[in-house]
Amino acid sequence: MRIALGVGLLFIVSLVIFGATELLPGDLANELLGQSATPETLAALREQLGLNDPAPVRYWNWLTGALTGDFGVSLANGRPISELIGARLGNTVFLALYAAALSVPISLILGILAALWRNSIFDRMANAGALTAISFPEFFVAYILVLWLAQTGLFPSMVRINPTTTFGDRVYMTFLPALTLMLVVTAHMMRMTRAAIINLMASPYIEMARLKGMSPLRIVLRHALPNALAPIINVIALNLAYLITGVVVVEVVFVYPGLGQLMVDAVSNRDIAVVQAVALIFAAAYVALNLLADVLSTITNPRLMHRR
Amino acid sequence: MNNFDMTGKTFAPSRRGVLKGAAAIGAAGLILPHTTASAAAQTRGGTFRIGIGHGSTTDSLDPGLWEHLYVQTFGSARHNYLIEVGADGQLVPEIAESWSSSDGQTWVFPIRQGVSFHSGKAVTAADVVASINHHRGDDSTSVVKPLLAAITDVRADGNNVVITLEAPNGDLPYLMTDYHVPVLPSADGKVDADTTDGCGGYIVESYEHGVQATLNRNPNYWKSDRAWFDRIELVSILDPAARLNALITGEVDLIDQVDPATIGMLESRGVARILSIPGNAHYGFPMDSRQAPYSDNNVRLALKYALDRQAMVDVILGGHGAVANDNPIGPANRYFHAEMEAKTYDPDKARYYLQQAGLSSLDVTISVADAAFSGAVDAGAMFSETARAAGINMTVDRVPNDGYWSNVWMNPNGNTAFCATYWGGRAVEDHMFTTAYAAGADWNESFWSNDRFNELLVTARSEVSEELRREMYHEMQQLVSFEGSTIIPMYNNYLMAVANKIATPEQISANWNFDGFRCVERWSMA
Repeated sequence: MRIALGVGLLFIVSLVIFGATELLPGDLANELLGQSATPETLAALREQLGLNDPAPVRYWNWLTGALTGDFGVSLANGRPISELIGARLGNTVFLALYAAALSVPISLILGILAALWRNSIFDRMANAGALTAISFPEFFVAYILVLWLAQTGLFPSMVRINPTTTFGDRVYMTFLPALTLMLVVTAHMMRMTRAAIINLMASPYIEMARLKGMSPLRIVLRHALPNALAPIINVIALNLAYLITGVVVVEVVFVYPGLGQLMVDAVSNRDIAVVQAVALIFAAAYVALNLLADVLSTITNPRLMHRR
Repeated sequence: MNNFDMTGKTFAPSRRGVLKGAAAIGAAGLILPHTTASAAAQTRGGTFRIGIGHGSTTDSLDPGLWEHLYVQTFGSARHNYLIEVGADGQLVPEIAESWSSSDGQTWVFPIRQGVSFHSGKAVTAADVVASINHHRGDDSTSVVKPLLAAITDVRADGNNVVITLEAPNGDLPYLMTDYHVPVLPSADGKVDADTTDGCGGYIVESYEHGVQATLNRNPNYWKSDRAWFDRIELVSILDPAARLNALITGEVDLIDQVDPATIGMLESRGVARILSIPGNAHYGFPMDSRQAPYSDNNVRLALKYALDRQAMVDVILGGHGAVANDNPIGPANRYFHAEMEAKTYDPDKARYYLQQAGLSSLDVTISVADAAFSGAVDAGAMFSETARAAGINMTVDRVPNDGYWSNVWMNPNGNTAFCATYWGGRAVEDHMFTTAYAAGADWNESFWSNDRFNELLVTARSEVSEELRREMYHEMQQLVSFEGSTIIPMYNNYLMAVANKIATPEQISANWNFDGFRCVERWSMA
């Protein structure tokens, strides 16, 4: 059911993307030829690009192509879009997973400890630190890290990866962007973890566990955390989606060849075909991650799993 | 030699009449020996890594579509041209061993023998013909098509390439140095425009548009005193701060577009030095001369006296440039008119010209965006401040960077008659004038049309006497400066920063940025 909803949503998104690009003034042939457009060359190019077909037909062709991974060719340089996107998608996913691998455990641990030692010095420090990090703009955090960690020679200030870079090198070179992203997303997840657990700490079954004489850590891990997982998973999914779709500033600062930079390039060059493809990928990532979050939170909740 | 008639004078100026006119054939005298004295001191080896503030995933290998420093540098690393512009601005034979013409209309370029492409194929006259033809013909998409439109025929004659023009033009060898026209390998009279193969000093190992390119030295390169580095790495770094960081942390050895504000900090680090190269590049403010009030030359002159050029050089360029006198021909050009009466900031004079135009005050709007040039918005604000003293109320309309060149520049909607622009400068006067000042030219951004200027433009191409030619170009500069419709307050230097471990020659070309894009083969490790 959820999956069907997700697919339906993606379908609607694809309609919106296609429709929005249809609304733009001028068509692809116009954009391609620019100043040198003459009526004959325009007509020839329109024919060649299949722009004379009615909109629903073109939409169908685009959609079926996209489903099989064929997004057509870039208007600017004629290369297949799947080729343009391929390596960059890999880079973006790598950076997102790397940042997630750093930030999810850290924010969970910090959140649980902060809940455990509520209102202690540790709680206040963790909160203040995380909020400070999220309050700075990403590029500022990035430049500060470059100043402290790159100009001292510990880590490279820019990422230079290619398909032959080894995994170890990749992890080393991508450390600063991943750290930047970690600082930006940690606060959100940590505070959600803390709030969800604290919220549950007032529940009767926690009171019961406490009366039984269990240690606070055990109470939190065994009794509170499983019940708090649903909101935490949702917020993690939201942040993962952000890590995939919204890191263009970090990409620019660290010269990281990801999808965000491709999207910006394509928009400024009016390379609509690439914009459509990237937008669709972003939408799919968003929908898929939210879907996954829903499924996972259902699984962690027996009441929802065994609904009568 | 020089036995051509003067029919060139009778040619009416036409749209794209780029190369019309007869020629002064001094070119053969410009051939210089290739070796330079400083070469002995240079050392082989090392990797030269360049961070460039351009580059996009939509870049192309096709030279007909090149437009920014990243692809230009990448191109000159792997390709050679018929003729090179030397660091001193003189022409240097490259794939063409020499050039000659008896009438300025038919040009003969003997092709250097024994040069081969990276693939091993020998460079032949047929390759050169196909490389030039790539920019000609109906189905060509090349941006230099209008520039080469006056070529009526290109053919191979044994080891020679023979180019025939519509009308004589002594500047043809200069056009063959254009960075869009490298020598590419051909098959059946066609070049594969998307090949990385070339006959230049470096062989492409890998490239990814908008990200990076790596090249290794061509072991068979025919020039023994060039291409000193073993390896070249080009990286696209769009963010100015990231570019500077990359240089400071030693990730790259050379960067372009250094922000003048950061120069002090960079120099205090002691890892790199600034190269500030005066060239012909300039920033300007074109006015649509078809539209009131700019149609009145008195108004244009009033505006020209209402800005403080020196202050703009100091503030906008951080001192890395020179005051320009509304003259698109720069000090690095052959026929630069240095003795022209300088226009200084003079509100009284500006008022006087306003009165001449029958106005007591003037309301104008200037449309600016930093897309035109870095600092254009600030320059507009400075202009507006200084103009007020002359009774000119200038509203600064800040327009979006995105779409600036299609929606604002050249007044396409009739509401941006006064805007900002920049030009990279051109090696020859004719090239600059024909591109942007000839009546009806595609990029005549001010829509200026001056009969005397247009007449001189055609005549000068056909003039034999160096002295007369100089006079004509001086008069043209005078006309553009005092009657033209483009305010050009400053020449901007090419500003780059290079790591101290890289040795640079004493003379660096003013022709284009990065030593005329040739830093890859002219520079070496210190």
